[in-house]
Amino acid sequence: MELLYPILIFAVLALLIGLGLGLASHYFHVEGDPLADKVDALLPQTQCGQCGYPGCRPYADAVAAGEVDINHCIPGGERTMLEIADVMGVEPKAIEEEETAPVVAYIREDECIGCTLCIKACPVDCIIGAPKQYHTIIADHCTGCALCLEPCPVDCIDMVETPELLEHWSWPVPGTKRANKAESRKASHGVSHV
Amino acid sequence: MGLAMFDLWHKIKQNLFLKPQPGFTGGIVHHHQFKVTAGLPIVACPLPDVLMHPIKQHIGEPCEPIVQVGDRVLRGQVLAKAQGYLSVPVHASTSGVVARIEEHTIPHPSGLGLTTIFIHSDGLDEADESLYPMPNYRSIDVVELRERIRHAGIVGLGGAVFPTFVKLVQDQKHRVDTVILNGIECEPWLTCDHQLMNEKSHEVITGLDIILYLVGAEKGIIAIEDNKPDAIKIMQTTLLDMGMDKYIEVQVLPTRYPQGGEKQLIQAITGKEVPAGGLPMHIGVVSLNVGTSKAIYDAVCLGEPLTERIVTVSGDAAPSPVNMSVRLGTSMHFLLAQVGIQSLDGIKLIHGGPMMGELLGHDDIPVVKGTNGILAMRETTVLSAHHAESPCIRCGDCGEVCPAGLMPNLLAAHCKEHQFERAEDYNLFDCIECGACSYVCPSHIPLVHYFRYGKGQVAQIQREKAFAEASRLRSEKREARLAKERAEKEEKRRIAKAKKEARAKALAEKQAAEAEAMNMQAKSASETENTDNTTQKRKPEETA
Repeated sequence: MELLYPILIFAVLALLIGLGLGLASHYFHVEGDPLADKVDALLPQTQCGQCGYPGCRPYADAVAAGEVDINHCIPGGERTMLEIADVMGVEPKAIEEEETAPVVAYIREDECIGCTLCIKACPVDCIIGAPKQYHTIIADHCTGCALCLEPCPVDCIDMVETPELLEHWSWPVPGTKRANKAESRKASHGVSHV
Repeated sequence: MGLAMFDLWHKIKQNLFLKPQPGFTGGIVHHHQFKVTAGLPIVACPLPDVLMHPIKQHIGEPCEPIVQVGDRVLRGQVLAKAQGYLSVPVHASTSGVVARIEEHTIPHPSGLGLTTIFIHSDGLDEADESLYPMPNYRSIDVVELRERIRHAGIVGLGGAVFPTFVKLVQDQKHRVDTVILNGIECEPWLTCDHQLMNEKSHEVITGLDIILYLVGAEKGIIAIEDNKPDAIKIMQTTLLDMGMDKYIEVQVLPTRYPQGGEKQLIQAITGKEVPAGGLPMHIGVVSLNVGTSKAIYDAVCLGEPLTERIVTVSGDAAPSPVNMSVRLGTSMHFLLAQVGIQSLDGIKLIHGGPMMGELLGHDDIPVVKGTNGILAMRETTVLSAHHAESPCIRCGDCGEVCPAGLMPNLLAAHCKEHQFERAEDYNLFDCIECGACSYVCPSHIPLVHYFRYGKGQVAQIQREKAFAEASRLRSEKREARLAKERAEKEEKRRIAKAKKEARAKALAEKQAAEAEAMNMQAKSASETENTDNTTQKRKPEETA
């Protein structure tokens, strides 16, 4: 009999707590996966598909679900990988492919036939044009995903390196490739020979 | 013993009342200042044939060119008008013809170029006299005076090139009681402000009086370091002569670098610290360079926009160093020729002072509003000051000299390891990049370079985040649009399918009816007419 009381007490407690949890999960239910949202916010949103998923959001979902490694975002580079590792609470993993210089797509307009295929392929809606009209890319909005290259039937799209802008220029780390490039430019750039 | 006791008592008293003590922490004393041009008179630089005017010579928005190639312009005429609030126009420095408008290198550490307006001088140096002089400025509305200062293109001439009119406001919330005129000039080699005070003391003090009137302050202080005794004397006598010594005083400070930094100077004089991320205005102080004050005098009392400034052309490779009054836009090549430098073989050019200035790649670069000095240094001198970086030995010297009270060694380590968030926690953005830490570092770590890198990366990351957010929104909207299109198509298909089914059903019914009719026909001949009528009626309905 003495044994029965504690069992009863704990059974009732378990029931009450279970009820509380059940109610909480019903009333405080959060739509979507907050972890996936967090990961998505860290990704560069190029929507390039280089990770093997059709866009940044699907990759974020897969990372949050633990289905895939955190080192597949190539445009994000090491920084994004480290941030994801931080959010996910997992060990950082080296990125296989090296980060390249930022690029944007450029359409050689005189070769464009106006087929609208690239417009349909652009994941961020930054190509404008109409059937049988030249298409052009809004360079400020292009994420450099290169998804428009493949559907183009006349191969008139190039990926060009974005120029360094004076207002966005920042100091390079001493001794790096970028620093050396800046040094060589400094010696020759814009001499007018008056 | 008694003296020691007194000293102790004094210290206790100081600590008890916690009065803000004038003076800033840290800083360095240069044993040799190399001020070889000190006391040398200002020489007017001859007019060059070509003047180059970059469309942005200040902190803020770039200007928009309003002249065309081939236009004739006068000295002081606006070439490019200000865009947005934080911007001031660019003026022609002499009369001539706009030869071309194209990208050209500006004095910037990146070596990148900027749209530049080239003017071929016609040698007449005709001035645009559309701005009327206002010698009785105290009777003119402050709004008009402020607009004049903006229109004259005046920016901080100490080197920071911040648009001056922005500082000259009367704010109800932050009343300004003191205006500090910065005649410190703490960088070695440079003497342009020193010589300006020696020769144009009247103009500088009148400029200060205009500023006092503009911001509604009662007290003006002219701060000069004790290594310029002649300037101190001249300023004091001029003040007495002008009868302004009641509310303007000359304050002498011991020579120390970087006392000329705005925040450091304010702390050195008032003992109050400008809060992190705040402005001097928030503690009731406005601080301007003496050169800026002179430019304000020119703009208000003479109606002349900013078209020239004083530049110290010096350095150990310059045969005859000099302080020169130079038209903005003059090529550095032309300027160096004036001091006897024809070729840059074995010479490194520094724009600004040796502590904060930047190395230039070549000399086909114009003098801009922020050019306070051009130093031609022997390459051997520059190289002998340059050492390979070795590991930090944690001596703490950098922290001792930091005028902002930061811990440069930790900051640099975080920046180097790309831990920018942590660097921000250590107040990376309070660094004024004075270079005192790099100067004393026994391991020759380019500390300031790492801070600049860190600051740039933080800005870059912010830009990338904003870009990613915009891309994400566009991508989501596109997904939503595609989903809607798909749903619409699905809906259409469903409707079409329903219609098709309905049609098929109707056809089946009709056939059934016909079949029945046939049966009926076969059964009774009297009812034939009726059924034929019904089938004919239904037919046009179906085709519709």
